[in-house]
Amino acid sequence: MNLLQQLREKPWLPSPGPVVALRDGSTFYLPAATLGLRVFFAVITVVFSLLITAYGTRMAFEDWRPAPQLGLLWFNTIMLLLASAGMQWARWAARRGDRDNLAIGLLGGGICTIAFLAGQLQAWRQLEMVPTFDVMSPAIGFFYLITGLHGLHMVGGMVAWGRAAVKLWRGLDVMRLRLSVELCASYWHFLLVVWLVLFALLFSGNDNLQAILVFCGIR
Amino acid sequence: MAYFIPTAPEDVPPAELGEVELYHAHSWITRWVFCQDAKVIAIQYSLTALAIGMVALVLSWLMRLQLGFPEAFDFIDAQAYYQFITMHGMIMVIYLLTALFLGGFGNYLIPLMVGARDMVFPYVNMLSYWIYLLAVLVLVSSFFVPGGPTGAGWTLYPPQAILSGTPGGAEWGIIIMLASLALFIIGFTMGGLNYVVTVLQARTRGMTLMRMPLTVWGIFVATILALLAFPALFVAAVMMGFDKLLGTSFFMPAIVEMGAQLKYGGGSPILFQHLFWFFGHPEVYIVALPAFGIVSDLISVHARRNIFGYRMMVWAIVIIGGLSFIVWAHHMYVSGMHPYFGFFFATTTLIIAVPTALKVYNWVLTLWRGNIHLTVPMLFAIGFIITFVNGGITGLFLGNAVVDVPLSDTMFVVAHFHMVMGVAPILVIMGAIYHWFPLMTGRMYDDRLGKVHFWITFLGAYAIFLPLHYLGLLGVPRRYFEMGETSFIPPSAATLNEFVTVMALIVGFSQLVFIFNLVWSTFWGKAAERNPWKATTLEWQTPEMPPGHGNFGDRLPIVYRWAYAYGIPGAPQDYLPQNVPPDLARVDELPEEEKRHKAAAGGHA
Repeated sequence: MNLLQQLREKPWLPSPGPVVALRDGSTFYLPAATLGLRVFFAVITVVFSLLITAYGTRMAFEDWRPAPQLGLLWFNTIMLLLASAGMQWARWAARRGDRDNLAIGLLGGGICTIAFLAGQLQAWRQLEMVPTFDVMSPAIGFFYLITGLHGLHMVGGMVAWGRAAVKLWRGLDVMRLRLSVELCASYWHFLLVVWLVLFALLFSGNDNLQAILVFCGIR
Repeated sequence: MAYFIPTAPEDVPPAELGEVELYHAHSWITRWVFCQDAKVIAIQYSLTALAIGMVALVLSWLMRLQLGFPEAFDFIDAQAYYQFITMHGMIMVIYLLTALFLGGFGNYLIPLMVGARDMVFPYVNMLSYWIYLLAVLVLVSSFFVPGGPTGAGWTLYPPQAILSGTPGGAEWGIIIMLASLALFIIGFTMGGLNYVVTVLQARTRGMTLMRMPLTVWGIFVATILALLAFPALFVAAVMMGFDKLLGTSFFMPAIVEMGAQLKYGGGSPILFQHLFWFFGHPEVYIVALPAFGIVSDLISVHARRNIFGYRMMVWAIVIIGGLSFIVWAHHMYVSGMHPYFGFFFATTTLIIAVPTALKVYNWVLTLWRGNIHLTVPMLFAIGFIITFVNGGITGLFLGNAVVDVPLSDTMFVVAHFHMVMGVAPILVIMGAIYHWFPLMTGRMYDDRLGKVHFWITFLGAYAIFLPLHYLGLLGVPRRYFEMGETSFIPPSAATLNEFVTVMALIVGFSQLVFIFNLVWSTFWGKAAERNPWKATTLEWQTPEMPPGHGNFGDRLPIVYRWAYAYGIPGAPQDYLPQNVPPDLARVDELPEEEKRHKAAAGGHA
């Protein structure tokens, strides 16, 4: 039964069938941790959607000046893409029970993530060096805020990654590691998508968000 | 209609969730302090919330003393008064009501009511409580830092919240408040994930979504609201923290303070208001929806009637939850907005009254011709309905922009939101505590003291807040430390303020009766019989009372019917618990008419 069918049930009537097997092919046939992570994705989505909305609202003001462009962000984006690919590699290996490839994927993903985070820190420093740097400029403030929050989420992911890596190091059976690796991969893909949206809308020139604002008649 | 009766073993599906690996405590510390059992966490949440709530109660007395007897107390100056207001509001809304409904009742009732052994992520659940406690301690610490707590009002509007003219604005007060809120939200998110996933994943066999008690529905939907609404407050708190600490200008316009130009410019205070109320309005329903759910169950059990319109009640909870995200700007009519926006938000605000009114009608229709037992929980439930209708109707006035603008900064608004969001949910909390007290402690409370507590609280709340409506209509402003002489306000308003203050003191002190009753009865109360209210829901069907570790002994219960099989004609008892297998033989001996009634009420699987 899908969710809408369940909500149409008339529970006061006697049930015409056997005791209902709740998860027999139903909507929520998932491990609890997977569902928990998906709910968490919803929470993160709200956080970043609100930040994008706030950014767009602020852009509509007359005194808006975009933040300086940083070429380094392209490199960071590629690093995050590679990190996500590494995690996917590890996920496929875990499904096959292939320990060596799992280790390669997990390690590669972790290294690329560290490179991404280091790159973001470097981007912060580069921005500080720009002659037009002004902490009062909303675009610059938003840049630090949004990249900082995204980075913190990546650091949180690295904690889960570290736990999975330690389990692998200690020789835990690959099949028992599978869920951890699956969840890490999902989390990395999700944060990659979030970053791509942030990068495309906010940090690669503002033109895209500008176009949306004009289309909506806000600017 | 042919009814299916499970007789063979294969008719009952195997447990979908294997026996979970239960947390086992190995020492006193891990059993009672760093415990992962949801029931213990629930009690920790509840006691912490009630303790900090008492602080907020005392703060309200101090405010009332100033309003009733201005200039009588030297230690209450304008700065202290604003600090009392701010801390009272924030503590009551977030650290008491939200924490108690979701962290307290959610933790205790969700696993028991859906037939689970515990929450799905017990360790994260435990962390949730400790982060909440840390948030509370951080908040309390602001009383002891230089400059004291923030006095920016519970809405913390910039720019004044971080300016030096506001108490706590130049020192630590506002920083501590923002840090505490951020901690609270992180802790809550951990708990909230648990509540949602437990409801979706850990229900026992037969417990379809539409067989869940409305208490679980209310807490479930409120948790989803909170998970989606608190991020707005989180973002706002972080951004304001940046403005204060790093000198950014997210919310700060160019501003001159004491003749000096501050290093701010270009920020939008209105943006903060949008973020705050995008959280703030759903927050009303984060508190109200669990109250709606709990009161539905209290009424049904104590009136021995199945809840009227169960499906409508569930859908109304979901619809109210959805609508609560598109009404927030009705808190901002006086901030100025495009007239079409005002029209939109006034319309959505009035629309939300439809599902809400539907619930009120259904409660009343459940009571209609019910076998009403005026127990203490039932008195509180009925008190809630009356109070919620009163507070809700003034909300309909204020939802209209043209009515709201003149009333917005008066005591009328204070009276409105205290009725609908203060008194009404508190009445439900008290009713719920009395209702589930026997389950939690295995003992009965003192009935006479409970009734004394109810009548003083209920009548006293009206003695406090009805006059405030009148004062508001006279034009008595809110947020004023001292009114002085104002030409359009008659001197009798001061007399009325004195009366309100005296009543607030009486109602506040009467809560000692409640606390005494709970403490005394926990240790020396009469032993409660099993399932004393003859309720159908699973929490009362546990092998032990109070429920033991793992809740349900060796085997998880199997659910055969909904949670409202009450008032069944001809049955030896007038109710059928959710987990009692169907007994066709007994039904078949009944006359045809009664057979149909009984079947409809849940006599068959």
